[in-house]
Amino acid sequence: MDKKKLVIGVIGADVHAVGISILEHAFTGAGFEVINLGVMVSQEEYISAAIETNADGIMVSSLYGHGELDCRGLRDKCDEAGLKGILLYVGGNIVVGKQPFDEVERRFKAMGFDRVFGPGTAPETTIAALYEDLGIPEEDQQAAE
Amino acid sequence: MKPVLLVDFGSTNTKATAVDVENCEILGTAAAYTTVETDINNGLHDAIQILEKTTGHLEFGETYACSSAAGGLKMISCGLVPELTAQASREASLGAGAKVWKTYSFQLTKGDMKEIEEYHPDIILLTGGTDGGNTDCILYNAKMLAGLSYDCPVVIAGNRCCADDCQEILAGRTTYICENVMPRLGELNIEPTQKQIREIFLNRIVQGKGLTQAMDLMSGIIMPTPSAMLTAMELLSDGWDEIPGIGELVGVDLGGATTDVYSVAEGSPANTMTVIKGLQEPYTKRTVEGDIGMRYSVRGIMEAAGDRKLAKIAGLARNKVNELVDYLEHHTDYIPDSEEMEKMDYALACAAVETAVARHAGSLEQVYTPSGLTFVQSGKDLRRVKYVVVTGGALIHAKHTEEIAKYALFDESSPASLRPEKAEILVDRKYILAAMGLLSKQYPQAALEIMKKEIAYYGHKE
Repeated sequence: MDKKKLVIGVIGADVHAVGISILEHAFTGAGFEVINLGVMVSQEEYISAAIETNADGIMVSSLYGHGELDCRGLRDKCDEAGLKGILLYVGGNIVVGKQPFDEVERRFKAMGFDRVFGPGTAPETTIAALYEDLGIPEEDQQAAE
Repeated sequence: MKPVLLVDFGSTNTKATAVDVENCEILGTAAAYTTVETDINNGLHDAIQILEKTTGHLEFGETYACSSAAGGLKMISCGLVPELTAQASREASLGAGAKVWKTYSFQLTKGDMKEIEEYHPDIILLTGGTDGGNTDCILYNAKMLAGLSYDCPVVIAGNRCCADDCQEILAGRTTYICENVMPRLGELNIEPTQKQIREIFLNRIVQGKGLTQAMDLMSGIIMPTPSAMLTAMELLSDGWDEIPGIGELVGVDLGGATTDVYSVAEGSPANTMTVIKGLQEPYTKRTVEGDIGMRYSVRGIMEAAGDRKLAKIAGLARNKVNELVDYLEHHTDYIPDSEEMEKMDYALACAAVETAVARHAGSLEQVYTPSGLTFVQSGKDLRRVKYVVVTGGALIHAKHTEEIAKYALFDESSPASLRPEKAEILVDRKYILAAMGLLSKQYPQAALEIMKKEIAYYGHKE
């Protein structure tokens, strides 16, 4: 079976380069084809990359607290660009300061994200969610390293 | 050894260059009007006659030619996302020496097809999708192109997973399958496509351009003139075998209708604090500014630079500048005969060089992030390039070539434009670059030696 494709990157003016490499490694190990856009990725870059590669999901990382501003309108732009229904995840330190996570999750889901992950989420958690959301049968799921 | 004749069939002039390969010497150069409507050989004979007036009778051993006559190599290219495969398809076509009339993104419409039909390109480049990526768009576009009224060769260089399907859709037409111009996201792979385009030009296009009569005289190699130019720049930069080249360079060819800019340079960021955005850049890059030229496109220079700037450089009043630009636009074969017009032409050339090189070079943006100052670079950083080579009739015959060429350099008032900071200006005085590109296919060593000898050094040194 063809590998599912994920476009990943750190959104906005965020230059945290280490975490995204770890995610690339983890997702690749879990059997996905990963298109890593690196740091300081704009919404348009995620969308262009997803169109050209026919990706199954866009994984947005943010670590510097401004994620909420950076992520606004991404779902609408995906719809506009013909990526209707593409899987959208967001994770990291996505809001300013310490806020109750259920509040944060609700706000990001209202923005159109399918899953929202808080600080300190292990890659395995996200991978399990991907397997579920993309309907990957158990025999194709690869044991996390 | 008999001398070698190199011919450049241009849209207006046919240029002949005679070379003594053994002694690495230019015997002479001459130009006459191109006669593509009647017999292209007439213009060539005229040029040789003029040439022999200075050199005496010459018995040529070999003859090679390049051509941009009859519209040059007319292409259109199609891709998916504008800044990704569409851009890659454009880079591929330009680097092959084509005149890219238009680059289409996403699905072709009926209106687009009507345009293409009217423009009547010589080759169409069809791309879209990374390998394993999007297939809908390229398949849709193949179906649209299958409706073209004439057999225009189509080079298929998109998502490899549907290359065969595209070829089937276009069955009965002339098609060629090449490696994807962008196999992985952001990765450029344009050489195989360029090679294919040059081959099609050689084997098919020259026949339709009235060049077949001239073919009998030729020993081989007919390529589009920009392709010959690019070959010369690469050789001059890289060197050949044991003989070193001059290193990274930028080339500017200022014409009446368009301005070509070349760079043979890495263009990578100056420091590790820089984040690169956009498609990977080709080491040898060519851009063509269709709206920047000294006569047919004189209006474009004014629109890009503004009449205020032109007036300042020329030392003329703004209303005078507007009046003269109007005149030049309608008198495309005009040669300056007054001091005022010389000033005007000088200012136009300066602005044209500045605009064209600024568009070719990359740019650097400063971004303040919560973790401090960061730089975002798009395109090539040419600041460390050491040479700027200028060519084209409008530049080499101008009175102040070096001053004009300096407008290609870094300007403190627009620090975001990554143009060469400290570069020597080299002038192709005898207009031999295209000829040397041709010669290099058989005699690379001689071509390199001649270029190093003939292309004069000017400008400031470090």
